[in-house]
Amino acid sequence: MTTEAGQTAQTVQALSPRRVTWLRRRDAAVRSWKSFARHRIGVAGLVVLVLFALMAVFAPLLANSNGLEVTKATGPVMGAPSSHYWLGTDESGRSVLTLLIWGSRVSLFVGLFATLISVVIGTLIGISSGHFGGRIGGLLFRLTEWFLVIPFLPLALVLASLLGASLVNIAFVIGITSWPGTALLIRSQTLSIEARPYMERARVLGAGNWHQMTRHVLPNVMPMVFANTTLTVAGAILAETTLSFLGLGDPTRVSWGTMLDSAFSNGAMSLGAWWYLIPPGVCVVLVVLSFTVVGQALEEIFNPRLRQR
Amino acid sequence: MTEPLLDIRDLHVTYRTLGGSVPAVRGVSLSIQPGESVGVAGESGCGKSTVASTILRLQPRTAKVEGEVHVLGKDVVRMRWGRLRVLRWAEASMIFQGALHSLNPVQRIGDQIAEPMRLHDATVGKVAAARRVGELLEQVGLSAARARSYPHQLSGGQKQRVMIAMALACNPSLVVADEPTTALDVMVQAQVLDVMTGLVRELGIGLLLISHDLSVLSSTCDRVAVMYAGRVVESANAGRIFDDPQHPYSAALAAAFPRVGDPKSRYSPAGLAGDPPDPQRLPTGCTFHPRCHWAIEDCSRIDPRLEPAGTDRTDRMVACIRAGETVGEAT
Amino acid sequence: MTAAAEVGVEPLPDVPQQRARSSRRSTGLWFLVRKLFGAATSLLFMLVVNFFLFRVIPSDPVRTLARGRATTPKQVAALTKTLGLDQPLPVQFLTYLKNTATGQFGVSFQYRQSVGSLLIDRLWPTLALVGTSTILSILIGLWMGTLAAWYRGQMFDTISTTGTIVLYSMPEWWLGLILFFLFAVGFGPIPGVFPIGGLIDPGVNGSSVHGVLNMAWHLTLPVVTLTIAYLAEYALIMRSALLDEMGEDYLVTARAKGLRDVLVRRRHATRNALLPVVTLVALNLGFIVSGAITIETVFSIPGLGLLTTDALKIPDYPVLQGAFLVFSASVIVANLIAQLLYGWLDPRVRL
Repeated sequence: MTTEAGQTAQTVQALSPRRVTWLRRRDAAVRSWKSFARHRIGVAGLVVLVLFALMAVFAPLLANSNGLEVTKATGPVMGAPSSHYWLGTDESGRSVLTLLIWGSRVSLFVGLFATLISVVIGTLIGISSGHFGGRIGGLLFRLTEWFLVIPFLPLALVLASLLGASLVNIAFVIGITSWPGTALLIRSQTLSIEARPYMERARVLGAGNWHQMTRHVLPNVMPMVFANTTLTVAGAILAETTLSFLGLGDPTRVSWGTMLDSAFSNGAMSLGAWWYLIPPGVCVVLVVLSFTVVGQALEEIFNPRLRQR
Repeated sequence: MTEPLLDIRDLHVTYRTLGGSVPAVRGVSLSIQPGESVGVAGESGCGKSTVASTILRLQPRTAKVEGEVHVLGKDVVRMRWGRLRVLRWAEASMIFQGALHSLNPVQRIGDQIAEPMRLHDATVGKVAAARRVGELLEQVGLSAARARSYPHQLSGGQKQRVMIAMALACNPSLVVADEPTTALDVMVQAQVLDVMTGLVRELGIGLLLISHDLSVLSSTCDRVAVMYAGRVVESANAGRIFDDPQHPYSAALAAAFPRVGDPKSRYSPAGLAGDPPDPQRLPTGCTFHPRCHWAIEDCSRIDPRLEPAGTDRTDRMVACIRAGETVGEAT
Repeated sequence: MTAAAEVGVEPLPDVPQQRARSSRRSTGLWFLVRKLFGAATSLLFMLVVNFFLFRVIPSDPVRTLARGRATTPKQVAALTKTLGLDQPLPVQFLTYLKNTATGQFGVSFQYRQSVGSLLIDRLWPTLALVGTSTILSILIGLWMGTLAAWYRGQMFDTISTTGTIVLYSMPEWWLGLILFFLFAVGFGPIPGVFPIGGLIDPGVNGSSVHGVLNMAWHLTLPVVTLTIAYLAEYALIMRSALLDEMGEDYLVTARAKGLRDVLVRRRHATRNALLPVVTLVALNLGFIVSGAITIETVFSIPGLGLLTTDALKIPDYPVLQGAFLVFSASVIVANLIAQLLYGWLDPRVRL
């Protein structure tokens, strides 16, 4: 990589400005990756995430989807772990391990989709409220602050109940209720970038709002958005689990949250069915924890002020 | 001869970092007599602030200190913590760059000035302390009512005056001022310096003034020591070191802050090429030789010692192998 | 601090000198007015959200707001008129505002009882639960965060920081399920000593000393759960606020004055670090409300949270609407209190 960077310098005239920018960005990405690789806990989190992602993608190979259907369940009711059912069975005799593997799909999908919605809204509002001063910026900032004080869970519960339970709706509800934090962060980043001399230069040279925002602000805000996204996924997965636990999950799909909901409502606790209670929770904690530590590692890389910690 | 207020003998300070040990101060000796003002000049990173921090043992934990630092005859380096806390502020106080962050942002300045008084003398009551705070504030040219202000309500120069008032709170014998005016603009700098040196002289307090500005030091101090790469390279009478520097580095520092209307400064080379050396990779021989205009071959081999030199030999020490020659005339 | 400017963390708003010099009393009053106004607009916004959520999103508001009652077209028409749904939206909104202000939230489908009185009945178990655990978690969390920051990098810091991040990643109700399973049901050698849900044993008079102790016993496990769940966040916030503060120059000044390390910490660093923490704690209140909802469900405590999750199953929209209002309003009020507290504590904020 370094040799190519060297070549870049020599052949810089032969390349279009766009390519130079691209190469420079790639070099920056390589540097960021290298500093991330030095962050041991972050790397461990990434490994866990990759394992869970593989589990979600290859779920059909790992566990037969027939195992999800109540009618085709063959195991004992709330059976303890055995050589055949490694993690025991649920109230309908389905294998908890099978449910767990398939549940990872829903939890990860909802987490990522909700984050996408949240980050898109948050970034748009954050950049606009930071970039446009005056009334528009002020109004957007106010809006963000208002949304910030609405308690998340009650709003999400009401919305989910009104919209009806489906995966997309759940993701939408989480996305629409969790963007203000991102927006505030992006706004403050935008404000500090706006104050830099090259923005002044761009304005003097006649750059329009769109050009300023997409060419100057967005690329500089991107790293923080990226770090924040990772942390948002952690929150979104937690939110999905909580909404599902409270009975608002998609009834046709198994997620870790719905598993815990049925464990709770079918008396897994009084029956002593720890194999039904512990594994889904541990999976949630592992995935959320991994997203959190990866996000913190990224924050540290992109925000040197935190590096001394 | 009376006992010196401050007597630093062969001080070495080394910072332990992840990248190895970094020598910041490499054998500095310095003394201040009662009522005397001594300046220490040098570029940033030359170790002058580290020297200042050892006087009240405020250096960071990663610093290893060797040598002796006597304040009023007692060695601070080996002092017990309890004794040290008694010495801090009561016998020697410090003026930091208060214009920045050296004042607690959420305490009234009156409380901050009164804090050391009541700490060091339990007999001082609230009322007495408040009265004394008012006196101190008036001494530094602020109104006594300012005691109720918070730091953010004051300008940079006012904050620095508060720092001075605070430093005088316990009637110390020695005041160490570490770049007290660096963050201020020029006019305010002059006012604050006047207030400080005036009070120090009036009260007969010893002053150690640290600055990168040789012209400031030469006009406010009795003696000046110039530091480079953790060592004193020249020390002399304040006026003489500015008008007639013997070490090439002092000459460069003096030229960097010319006196207005001084024709000599017009012809002398302003500024100095290159950067101060990396303390972990010091040059061989004289540490200054890579940047020196007058360096000869021997300079990269011989590490010069601080020795009496020049026409005023009794009063001047220079660490340069060419000090005996009339290098000063090269300008 | 210089690094902060380079990286682009928004600096604290600069204090205009002239304004700071004007009389203290009037700036304090101005600050109070501004904060009150801010809270009022937030409250209004929240009322608008609450209004639109229940009247605009559902395709059939009559059904949504009066489910199970209006079956014949005639009844629907009558109800539309009673609810004022035939009026234009602004009029509807004004009626809604008037009803809210006078405490008329409608009638619960499930309980056939006025939502207002239902909410008041269910308020105090939630207050007891959330109040106790908030206070406990703030005290323990801040203490842990302080210790972790002072002994940064040492064993206590490593353990507490790891522990807090794990707790932070854990749904609080799952922790509740586990604690319930271990200590209320009992598992293996652990006897289940705590009650398995509810607020009080049947037949016990709640206003007697015995009754109060009985309730405290019922609330122990939920309070422990919520305290553990909340303290993680406070410990993390306090630790990082204190670490920020510890790099500051004024602490060197304090040490130079001859203060003992303990005093430097207590009088200067910790006190100043607490200031930003107050605001962050306030921003956390939304999260606390969520905790009440799930934990009351797990431990079947008849508070606002259980009322909400029970209403979700029906769904009992008048109850949901009322509960949402109470939750949001309490967050706004707590937020306002925290901001006023911050302004009172930190002179730099009273612009």
